[in-house]
Amino acid sequence: MSEIHAQTVQYVRDTMLPPAPPPNRQSGPVLWLRENLFSGPLNIALTLLGLAAIWYLVSSIWPWIAHSVWHANSLKECRGIIAATFGEGTTGACWALVRERWSQFVFGFYPSHLWWRPVAAFGFLFVALAPVLFSDSRGIRRWVLFLAAILTVWIMDALGAPTAPLTWVAAIMMLAWLLSEFRPSLLLVMTGLYPALGVWLLWGGSLWSPIVVMLGFGVAYAVYRALERTSSLLAVVGAIAAAVAWWWWIGPWLVPRLNQTVDLAITRVASDSFGGFLLSITIGVSGIAMSLPLGIILALARRSDLPLVKGFAVMFIEFIRGVPLIALLFVASLLLNYFLPPGTNFDIILRVIIMVTLFAAAYMAEVIRGGLAALPKGQYEAADSLGLDYWKAQRLIILPQALKISIPGIVSTFIGMFKDTTLVTFVGLYDPLKATADSVRASVAWKGTYWEPYIFTGAIFFILCFGMSRYSMYLEQRLKREN
Amino acid sequence: MKLAILFGTATAAALLAGGAMADTLADVKARGMLNCGVNTGLVGFAAPDANGNWQGFDIAVCKAVAAAVLGDASKVKYVPTTGQTRFTALSSGEVDVLARNSTVTFSRDTDLKLDFVAINYYDGQGFMVPKSLGVTSAKELDGATVCIQTGTTTELNLADYFRANNMKYQPVNIDSNAEGEQQYLAGACDAYTTDASGLAATRAAFANPDDHIILPEIISKEPLAVAVRHGDNNWGDIVRWTFFALVAAEEYGITSANLDEQANTSQNPEVQRLLGKTDDLGKMIGLDAEWAKRAIAASGNYGEIFNATIGEATPIKLARGLNAQWTQGGLMYAPPFR
Amino acid sequence: MSDFAVPAHPPFRPMMLINDRRYRGYTIQVVVFILIMAAAWWLIGNTIENLSRLGKDFNFDFLWKRAGYDIPQVLIPYTADSSHMRAAVVGLLNTLLVAVLGCITATIIGVTAGVLRLSNNWLVARLMTIYVELFRNIPLLLWILVVYAVFTESLPAPRAYSGADPAAHMILFDSIALTNRYTAIPTLNLLHSHGSLNIGWGVTINWATIAYIVVLVLAILAHRALGRWARARQNLTGVRPRTWPISAALFVLPLVALWLYFGIEVVRPTLKGFNFAGGVNVHNALVALWLALSLYTGAFIAEIVRAGVLAVSKGQSEASYALGLSRRRTMSLVVLPQALRVIIPPLISQFLNLTKNSSLAIATGYMDLKATLGGTTLNQTGRELESMVLMMGIYLVLSLIISSAMNLFNARVRLRER
Repeated sequence: MSEIHAQTVQYVRDTMLPPAPPPNRQSGPVLWLRENLFSGPLNIALTLLGLAAIWYLVSSIWPWIAHSVWHANSLKECRGIIAATFGEGTTGACWALVRERWSQFVFGFYPSHLWWRPVAAFGFLFVALAPVLFSDSRGIRRWVLFLAAILTVWIMDALGAPTAPLTWVAAIMMLAWLLSEFRPSLLLVMTGLYPALGVWLLWGGSLWSPIVVMLGFGVAYAVYRALERTSSLLAVVGAIAAAVAWWWWIGPWLVPRLNQTVDLAITRVASDSFGGFLLSITIGVSGIAMSLPLGIILALARRSDLPLVKGFAVMFIEFIRGVPLIALLFVASLLLNYFLPPGTNFDIILRVIIMVTLFAAAYMAEVIRGGLAALPKGQYEAADSLGLDYWKAQRLIILPQALKISIPGIVSTFIGMFKDTTLVTFVGLYDPLKATADSVRASVAWKGTYWEPYIFTGAIFFILCFGMSRYSMYLEQRLKREN
Repeated sequence: MKLAILFGTATAAALLAGGAMADTLADVKARGMLNCGVNTGLVGFAAPDANGNWQGFDIAVCKAVAAAVLGDASKVKYVPTTGQTRFTALSSGEVDVLARNSTVTFSRDTDLKLDFVAINYYDGQGFMVPKSLGVTSAKELDGATVCIQTGTTTELNLADYFRANNMKYQPVNIDSNAEGEQQYLAGACDAYTTDASGLAATRAAFANPDDHIILPEIISKEPLAVAVRHGDNNWGDIVRWTFFALVAAEEYGITSANLDEQANTSQNPEVQRLLGKTDDLGKMIGLDAEWAKRAIAASGNYGEIFNATIGEATPIKLARGLNAQWTQGGLMYAPPFR
Repeated sequence: MSDFAVPAHPPFRPMMLINDRRYRGYTIQVVVFILIMAAAWWLIGNTIENLSRLGKDFNFDFLWKRAGYDIPQVLIPYTADSSHMRAAVVGLLNTLLVAVLGCITATIIGVTAGVLRLSNNWLVARLMTIYVELFRNIPLLLWILVVYAVFTESLPAPRAYSGADPAAHMILFDSIALTNRYTAIPTLNLLHSHGSLNIGWGVTINWATIAYIVVLVLAILAHRALGRWARARQNLTGVRPRTWPISAALFVLPLVALWLYFGIEVVRPTLKGFNFAGGVNVHNALVALWLALSLYTGAFIAEIVRAGVLAVSKGQSEASYALGLSRRRTMSLVVLPQALRVIIPPLISQFLNLTKNSSLAIATGYMDLKATLGGTTLNQTGRELESMVLMMGIYLVLSLIISSAMNLFNARVRLRER
């Protein structure tokens, strides 16, 4: 600023004033409170109501939580400790029950020296899912695999796994990680092998039977490729026939012979020792995995031009969706034996898995049908104009896009199904929620506990389901950005 | 998509197991495992501990049959059944024996096509009330709310009893024993009714058992029996006589401790026949000579089983009562082994 | 699939059944039909063989036998002497009762929570988020057990109401008693009921009730006619005539007249012996199931409502503000009607889910269709095949009715699209 100015103009401020802080009521926490909590009479009332609700809930639950006891051998002891520490007449949570029986909620009656096997199977599940669910980002995949590997090995070690399987699991995890870094497409091989591996780890027995079952799919694929040139329909039919023949005749002949040559058996675990979250996750994962292809077939059938095929699909889907799952579970336990040839009798868990699969398939079909309908018509026309036939068009163009659109729906179907696995309690299986809690409470030591097991299982369910729903929301966001 | 199909079939292949219903003995032997239907959890009668080892009064029957048939008391697969699924599990062939505190009734024996082969516990339905209610007889329960497990004979007995005595009641239906206890203790029902043995077991585990009384009225006969499928008589014989062997063993003083000694030295011809020293009885039912010996060795004779699982020394504290030997005024009476 | 112009029909060869698009459809359909019929034949054959092996038959005679068990909460007269058929109907009515009540409250809860989640009140929006996530991610069975247990544990037993200095007090002017068994509510009793009408199945309705219902229906019809007249008038003159006093009179006057004619008394529940008598006892098994189902389904509906409201583009509400409409009127006149189109279809499936989920009544001992026909009846008669077939058939019909009714409604909402 020059001197002249200073003389000609009476007053010119030549320095910038620092911005004054806004009035107290227009800034900081006060403003925030005013805008977000007390902006009008209705809002004030709502805020007060909300505060009252929080106060009521916390004041009625907090003392109980605060008086927690972790170390005791029975409920009586728990009550004694609470009375001694916090005064006569107070109530408190007795988490000692969870501490003592947690394994029953997690593994059911799975033999304790083999607990590492379900843990390994669960860890590998993430590896198998990596190329499917975590395919679009290397960073996420890296983290998922890294965490899965560390946690799996650590938990296995903590549960007393022998050194040999520990090394194997660590090595496979390492390999998966390397693959995902350098040859991500090869990771799909792990996905393909996972079913055999998972079944083998969970149920034990010979590794050959799942391998031979898997080979059946290889045979089917080979037949499909061989016949593809002649007719697509013929190839599909031929592939199915070849697979059925493989499983029906060649498999049963092959497995015992392979067992004699190289014995790859580990300790068998009968499925009646499955229980708790192990049971829920087993039913949930196998149900969802099998219901997906079935759902795709049903969705395609429902959109088919052929009235008969469409009619059957509609009938099946509407029937399943119209009947409560609990009724279907009772069918599995009470009626399935009527429908099968006399003398057939197979595992109740497998029967439940079949029913849950059918149930989920009907819902899945509707989700995928939504995805198919959402696909722009141009895609179908493009496929036609390329001269692709129905199966090729579906396989190469339609389904990959439709499934991608449907991922959030598929995940929420899965969450619903996972929650519904608790209903198996009504057919006498040890679900983590009711049956396990009841059986724990049937013991003399823990008779009379009520809330603790429910809170424990509820918390685990919440963590798992909330995690899945958040991940599916994240996926949805990502997919949206792509388009 | 591929993953899904693979997984499904692999599971199917790993688990699928066949079994025919006609000749249960042959099936059990071929399988090397006895499928025994039990309660999902009734302390004292059948309940798994933290490690999944089943223990209890009914379990002992399963073990005895497995020992007699397969030679190994541990070769039992326990199939937990609910009140609703138990009979179907049996008739569909899912289990070979049902040892699940089930009452014998005419219609169950005939219409449901079951064979109740051996009554292992004579029970009756009773009521438990809090002392503070001031009730001393079931006749004073007019208008009361009663907790009752659904799908059991007790439900029908209760309705009959109140009608016969021209009284009214409000049922609170419960799904499991654990839930019944909770409702009862919270005062959601005035009285809890089930088999007297169950009431005793329940009361024994309360924090203050003395605050509750079991009313003197026993309103029904509840002979709890082991059941097999209708139509396979040989299998029924095996289960029935395995149970009788346990009862007879108690009568003749054969215990798991002195079993070998008795087998070698006893001069009682009945004991000799029972333990396979003379007369190969086992052959007549398709087993070997030492079947009964193994059955007794599994968890002792009837008295030992009773005392170890539900007797006075256990938390359940049941007196022998009707279930004492006939020689001691009870109803346990094994026909002659001859 | 596009059509190709085919110049001339080539002669038919058998391979064309597989290769030619025109015939392939028929081949596939015939094959599918044969496969499905074979499967059905196989299943039915197995069933017949299994039944004959077990010495059982397939008939529904058992439905007319004496049931022998009691049901705590019934809507039509029922005793242990009634038939299994009647028990099944009682169960069905109980299922319908909890389903209808549940759908209503779930919608109320869901809409409230969904709208509040979008509110600019930070605390309330967060609380609603917690509610929604908590209920959506934990199995329904757990909520039913927990709500039932809360009722059982936190409410007083009826005995607490007795004595000179009772530990518990009835609420709402001594008319409602909350106990850990049931909620005892007062009933309205007509002093002159003028006999009653038997509508079969032992169900009677007294004439006074019928009169009330008829008058109420007439009043509603008159009110709607009045509304139509007012709208026509508004279209014509631009001024909406004031109708509410007439409307109110239409409802109040006839009802008051009936009330004076028939007379009415309030019967309050009183403690007699072990339990409350006089009023109606609504069992906690029903209330807990109802509440748990409503809260659970409400969380899903909240998400649907939120998505529906968010789906209405922001321009719509801005335009509405520009026209000078208030926030509330913008919501009710502009946003909600448009959101409704997005909301209705998923809402239908939530109602269906709630109806089906009501079969979890088994966990509280509420005697619904599953617990009567598919539970005790099945268990006492050993007729699992017949009972299950009948039960699934009824559920199927129920859900078909709900979905078609709601689809009709959906179509009506959709018609307003322009």
